[in-house]
Amino acid sequence: MQNNQQTHYDAKTKQLICRGNWDINCLSDLQALLKTIAWPATGDVTLNGEAIDRMDSAGAWLLHETRFALTKKKLTVRQEKFTPSHEQLLTLVENELTEEPVLPTVSLPPWLASLGKRTVNQLNEFQAFLAFVGRLSTEALSIVFDATRWRWSSLAMVVYRTGYEALPIIALLSFLIGIVITYQMGVQLKNYGADIYVVDLLGLSVLREFGPLLTAIMVAGRTGSAFTAQLGMMKLNQEIDALDTMGVTPGELLMLPRIIGLFIALPLLTMWSDIFGIVGGMIMANSMMNISWYDFLHRFPHVIPLRTLLIGLGKAPVFALIIASIGCFQGMRVEGSAESVGRNTTRSVVLAIFFIMAADAAFSVIFSKLKL
Amino acid sequence: MNQTDAIIEIKGLKTYLGGRWVHNGLDLSVKKGEVLALVGGSGSGKTTVLRAVLGLLEPTAGSIRIFNEELTTASPETRLAIQKRWGVLFQQNALFSSLNLLKNVSFPLYEHTQVDPETIQELALLKIMMAGLSVEDAVKFPAELSGGMQKRGGLARAIVLDPEILFLDEPTAGLDPTTAAGFDDLILNLQSTMGLTIVMVTHDVDSLWKVANRVAFLGEGKVLCVDTMPKLVQHTHPDIQAFFQGARGRAAQMNYQSGR
Repeated sequence: MQNNQQTHYDAKTKQLICRGNWDINCLSDLQALLKTIAWPATGDVTLNGEAIDRMDSAGAWLLHETRFALTKKKLTVRQEKFTPSHEQLLTLVENELTEEPVLPTVSLPPWLASLGKRTVNQLNEFQAFLAFVGRLSTEALSIVFDATRWRWSSLAMVVYRTGYEALPIIALLSFLIGIVITYQMGVQLKNYGADIYVVDLLGLSVLREFGPLLTAIMVAGRTGSAFTAQLGMMKLNQEIDALDTMGVTPGELLMLPRIIGLFIALPLLTMWSDIFGIVGGMIMANSMMNISWYDFLHRFPHVIPLRTLLIGLGKAPVFALIIASIGCFQGMRVEGSAESVGRNTTRSVVLAIFFIMAADAAFSVIFSKLKL
Repeated sequence: MNQTDAIIEIKGLKTYLGGRWVHNGLDLSVKKGEVLALVGGSGSGKTTVLRAVLGLLEPTAGSIRIFNEELTTASPETRLAIQKRWGVLFQQNALFSSLNLLKNVSFPLYEHTQVDPETIQELALLKIMMAGLSVEDAVKFPAELSGGMQKRGGLARAIVLDPEILFLDEPTAGLDPTTAAGFDDLILNLQSTMGLTIVMVTHDVDSLWKVANRVAFLGEGKVLCVDTMPKLVQHTHPDIQAFFQGARGRAAQMNYQSGR
């Protein structure tokens, strides 16, 4: 960059003597230098390129811009003594930049319009979801009595992946939750000397709410996202289109096994979660409140009716349908790019958890009306 | 060929991949300012050579010299300096899907130069137009561009730093014949005006005749022959004969000869 100091404007001969490297690395220096030059008000100016060592397209662009700016000031600009290869580069740049390129601006719509647009988009998406569920349901009905068209191996794979492989993490999570809620409740109950009631509270809360809900949330994060990403990549890769053209519907081959598989696996995982939640609570009750194993297990069946367990397990298939259908739906909505896979995976998990919570609230209302 | 005008010098390259020797003592040198094409049947290791030269793949043995620097043992600084002096157009374009075309093309400028943002935009637009795209395309995202336009966009990004070497991996694959011919012209035009050295991997016999100064035919883990097209098609090796004497190879040759 040292030699760029030698690029200078000779006021006597009205010449810009360009020297040294006119390339991208020197561009900022040259730009700063050109700004300091006091160009004459009228007449003509010569750009002398004799002493340029190296010029790349950035340098050629700068010369072109300089020339353009000078012409605008009603000066006549001449170019002199450029080597043929530099001349060629200048011509190339000039040909491309015959007029000032103006980027098309994207104007933002007014907020009311964008609100309307978003609303319509949401409604459209909801409608698409309903259509998706409807189509899958008819497909399911068409194959349900035809056992030869069931994809047994994919189904088994889904149960293995979503159920069996999730066992350790679900067990650990439930165990910890059992410990935590027993601790919190135990502290309160001790004040009233009602230690033994921890069994009732723990049993009810874990079997009815915590077991199904935590398992579903965990599975939404683990499996719902995986469904979306798998189907999304297959969509981008045109594998879904390939299936369609071969007369195998993606619903039958890819989505129904996933949905039915999770429908089977999630209640089983919920049962598993219930067991570890209770065991965790039992250990905590034993160590913190000195409730013996015998007392705990003796009281448990007396205060917790079988109904509690069944209500909890009964929610799991509903949650499974929510997770699997949203996961598959979002996967099929992937379009265009890798970014879309990421966006839809996020949507899939967020929506699944949201609808799990909403469904759980609905269940609470229904059960309380039914006095269960 | 003497040492000084070879811009890339590969000696004794050996690559062991997936349980077989992809290259077994491959020698190749690229002269400054030429267009060298790499051809060969599927699985002959064309793309692997390119990946090794780009440093994306560690060769099992051998030496690769670029700009007289040994690439295999180069320090990160040397490597970065080399990387700024080459541009690559990947087979699938590898445009960043989350950025629009203008951002894609300006990316290397933001990363590797100290130029202000307005200038970067101007330079990026210049390269986009040099690649034969319009200003309207600049604000589009890669997914909104057709295959040929994506190739041009990828090329614009590859030449944005005015590289000395341009690597093209199957530049005309997946393009229709008209677009492919246009792309060949574009490459030739840029090569002559910007003084580029081009290394390209291709299957397209038409572009071999039209664009390449020399062609290296890969087979058996080696370079079987490096020569100009008219001489290469006369070579007696059965693989080379099979490659060029098929109906398509002949048609391309006829095309070329009648074109001149």
